[in-house]
Parts: sequence; structure tokens; C-alpha cells
Amino acid sequence: MIKVEHLVKKFGLRTAVDDISFTVEKGTVLGFLGPNGAGKTTTIRMIAGYLPPTSGAVTVNGIDVGADPVGAQKQIGYMPENTPLYDEMTVQAFLRFMAEIRGFSGKERDRRAAAMLDVCMLGSVRHQPIETLSKGYRRRTCLAQTLIHDPPVLLLDEPTEGLDPNQKQVVRDMIVRMAPEKIIMMSTHVLEEVEAICSRVMIISEGRLKADSHPAELKKRSDGFNTLTIEVLAPAEPAVAAFGRIPDVAQVVRVAGTAEKQVLRLVPRDKQSLAVRAIETAAENRWLVTELRSEPGRLDDVFRQITTTADVVKKSA
Amino acid sequence: MDMISRSWAIAKREWSSYFNSPVAYIFIIIFLALAGFFTFSVSGFYEAGQADLRGFFFWHPWLYLILVPAVAMRLWSEERRQGTIELLFTTSVTPAQAIVGKMVAAWAFLGLALLLTFPVPLTAAWLGQPDWGVIVSGYLASLLLAGAYLAVGMFTSALTRNQVISFALAVVLGLFLILAGFQPVTELLSQWAPGWLVDGVAAFSFMPHYEAMQRGVLDARDFIYFASVTGFMLFLTQLVLDNRTGR
Ligand SMILES: Nc1ncnc2c1ncn2[C@@H]1O[C@H](COP(=O)(O)OP(=O)(O)O)[C@@H](O)[C@H]1O
Ligand SMILES: [Mg+2]
Repeated sequence: MIKVEHLVKKFGLRTAVDDISFTVEKGTVLGFLGPNGAGKTTTIRMIAGYLPPTSGAVTVNGIDVGADPVGAQKQIGYMPENTPLYDEMTVQAFLRFMAEIRGFSGKERDRRAAAMLDVCMLGSVRHQPIETLSKGYRRRTCLAQTLIHDPPVLLLDEPTEGLDPNQKQVVRDMIVRMAPEKIIMMSTHVLEEVEAICSRVMIISEGRLKADSHPAELKKRSDGFNTLTIEVLAPAEPAVAAFGRIPDVAQVVRVAGTAEKQVLRLVPRDKQSLAVRAIETAAENRWLVTELRSEPGRLDDVFRQITTTADVVKKSA
Repeated sequence: MDMISRSWAIAKREWSSYFNSPVAYIFIIIFLALAGFFTFSVSGFYEAGQADLRGFFFWHPWLYLILVPAVAMRLWSEERRQGTIELLFTTSVTPAQAIVGKMVAAWAFLGLALLLTFPVPLTAAWLGQPDWGVIVSGYLASLLLAGAYLAVGMFTSALTRNQVISFALAVVLGLFLILAGFQPVTELLSQWAPGWLVDGVAAFSFMPHYEAMQRGVLDARDFIYFASVTGFMLFLTQLVLDNRTGR
């Protein structure tokens, strides 16, 4: 379990992380979202025992990171932002080195490095200097390094940043495969990624925790959530009137239409689902429904709502 | 045990990284060329016709003044530039373990360069009957001197990610440590400063200790001096790194 309590980090006068608290349990893939400069990297660095917090505490599986960083780090595999690696080393030499400073030697060291070459599909580049690798291979080399001691906790800072869609998918698949036995915390600003693989999402902005929820729950916060678009074979005015009488409908907008066919948008009063009542209404009037679509909510809407800060508003105005 | 194996892993990695790039070979060639030039051309090793290496060891403090910071400057600034310092210090490695590993590798490298000057004592043996005890003591002094310089360079390398600044700082500190006890300078100083002050400053210098060992005098105090300077600079390095990573 990761337990973060009232974590604060100040750089001079600037507060990068401002009183963040949360806990993460085993089996969770936590997506850590926020705009650039929100404090994601700083938070993750403090959990990894690289940066000291200004105040607050972090424990990882019961070990206090401040008091025993070395002990806590044994529990953690950490992938820093921008995948720093020893560029002049070959992939295999690098992984052996990482195994060795993780405390493995001799055959066990070589076995672990070989296993990681396998798991992260790096076999074909094992003798290649890291500086000659493409981004995708580089990223996987860094991921291999985080896994080499089979840690229960993974901290991944933007693990898919800058990869092409196929490479992204490979990294995501790996994360999903490992998820059940581990705690995985990954920062990203790719929202579809959060929907695809995260079981929990936290949004921070300007160092503060703004949301902490399941991705599906979070999507419900989006403005247009459950807005129903209905295409129905009916005359315009009676249709608008009939659908408008549904109690949960706040507003009916006629998007398009001809004399006998209407495209209407029904906005719910309180983000309720409108589909059943809309179909009933059409049936009562003997109107044929040709299409029905309920707005699933969009994470990027919610993200924008939550993280739009005063200065951005000013600029776009 | 754990501590030693981690330092050892780091030392091995550093050592092979030297030889992965041409820099190591260039360094060794320059060191040997300069050592040879000063010994044979400037000190007039042949002309003196003496079978001792004073004209050879005399130049080492000055050679190291430039060459050791060149080796040391990348020790930490390179980790910073590449960002690998973040990998290193999130894998249960402590600054002390990493410092020891890097120190061992870099010192061994300087030791190798020193070892490759073996033709010089062989020439002395060919010229006459050198005192081998003095020669061994001279090499030991040179190795200790290189270690102390290295620790200074390690410290300045931890201070900044800019290698040029690190190099310049190391040269300035090294220059102080030489000149404070360099005879022409102490003579100049004693014309206007009280003797105890000149002696006090000179006590910090490499030179009296280095020169004593050059003469073949093995005194525990000289060993303790080099060990303290080296240890102290490494300790300062650790303070800097602790401060950066917040341990
Ligand atoms: N070492 C540092 N010194 C000073 N300010 C920093 C340092 N690291 C981060 N910051 C500042 O802290 C804020 C949060 O940065 P960061 O955690 O990197 O954000 P994110 O990863 O969410 O993009 C930014 O304003 C950044 O400029
Ligand atoms: Mg970041």
C-alpha cells in the first residue's frame, strides 16, 4: 500500500505540491493526471525517495520513505520522466548493472537481466548501445529496469510519452498484465490511456488534488453527460412538445429535421439517463425511433473543467 | 557486504565507461606524453645522468592539476546531465556507496596511467643504480596525490552540472593546495607574513607531504594527511549529494 499524508513540496517560494493525501491498494492502476507543471513528477519523486518533502509523509508497504529510503526503494520500481539511461552501455550490460545495484550478483543477476530482455521484448537489441535505440525500445529498456527486482510497487512517470500508437499499446498491455499483483501509479496526460487501463484516476492541478475517482465515475461529471440525441419519424412541433413533457428533461433542442423526421437533443435535468422514457414517449405517439445515442461523457471535458486555471482563462478570453 | 557489492558494481560500470569512449585513451596518451616531455626535455633526465626520478616526480603535482580535474569533472555532472542520478538514487544505492564506487574506478584509472610510466624507472635503472625504495615511495606519493586531487574534483563535480565550472573550481582549489606549500610561494609570503601563519597555511598543502615522500621518507603523518584530505573532500561530496537528494 502507498500512503501519502499531507505531502507538501516547496521550491523556494513556489509550492509545487500542496497538501496532497491519498492511499493506493494492491491491484490498483492509478492514473495520475494533470496539466504540465501540476506537480505530478514532484509527487512521484517524493514517493520514490528521490526528493525530500517539505512536510508530510509517505509510507510504502508500511516503510517510511523519509526514515528508511533504502528499505522503501526495495519495494519500488521507478521509471523517471524522460527515461534517463546510461546511453553508452548496451541494453544487456545496463540491465545487468541495474540488477547488480539492486543487490543481485552472478548467475542470479544474469538470469534476471535475461528474463527482462524477454519480458520487455528487447532480445533483438540486447547488444546495442542504448543511445542507438528508438524511443519505443528506450522506453521498454527503462521499464525493464523498473521490473528487475520484481517490486510490488511501480511508479511510472509518463511511460508512454512520445511513443507511436503501436508502441503505446505494447507498454499498456504490459501494464495491464502486471496489474493484479501490483500497485501501479502512472502519470500521463493521455486521457484515453486512463480510460483504457486505469482503475482509478486522480487529477491534480497547481499542486492540489482536484479529483479522485473511477474513470467511469469521473466521466459523469462532464457537462453533456447523458444528453440524448434521438432521431424519430415525427412532425416537428408535437415531437418537441411530447419529449419536453418528460419530467427529467430540462430542454429539447431541434438539431435538424424535415417535415416527417426530427433530430432532437434532450438535455437531462440532473444527468439522468433518458433513453427509456424517450422510447416510451415515442411508442405512445406511435413514432418510429431510427436512432438513439446517449452521450457517454468525456474525460477530457472533465479534465479541462477541473484543471483550467485562472491564467489559461485569461489567455483564451 | 551489500554496501561493497553495490559500490563494486558502480566501480565496474564507471571503469568500462572510460574505455567505451576514446577519452580514456586520449587522457593516457596526453599524460604519458607530458610526463615524458617534462622529464626528458625540461628536467634533462639524460643530461643530469643521475639514476633517480626526482626530475620525473617533480612535475606530477602540476600535471595532475590539469589532468585530474579533467577526469573528475564528469563524475557527477554527467549523471546529472543524463538524468541517471535519479535512477541511481532510487535503487537503494546510497550516496556513500556511489561515491566509493566512482572513487575506486577513477583512482584505479589514474593508477593505470601512472603504471604506464614504467619505462622511466627502467631508463633510470639503465643509467645507473637507482634506489628502488625511493622510487616505490615516489610512486606511492604520486598515487596518494592523485587520489587527493581526485576527491577535490569529485566534490566540485557534485556541485554543478556544468563540467567547465566543475573543472575550473577543481583547478583553483588544487592550485591553492599546491601553492600554499610551494617553496617559492612560502618564501615570498614569509617576507611579510608571520612565520607561524605561513607554516599554518603550508600545513594544508600537498607539497611538504609529497616532497617528503619523494625523498623516500615514509612517515605516518604524510599518509594521514593524504587520507584526511581525500576523506574530507569525499565527505563534502556526500553532504552535497545528500542535500540534492534529500537524505
Ligand atoms: N527542482 C526544481 N526546482 C524548482 N522548481 C521545480 C523543480 N522541479 C519542479 N519544479 C516546479 O514545480 C512545479 C511542478 O513540476 P512537476 O512536478 O515537474 O510537474 P508535472 O510533472 O506535473 O509537469 C513546476 O512549476 C516546476 O517548475
Ligand atoms: Mg512531469
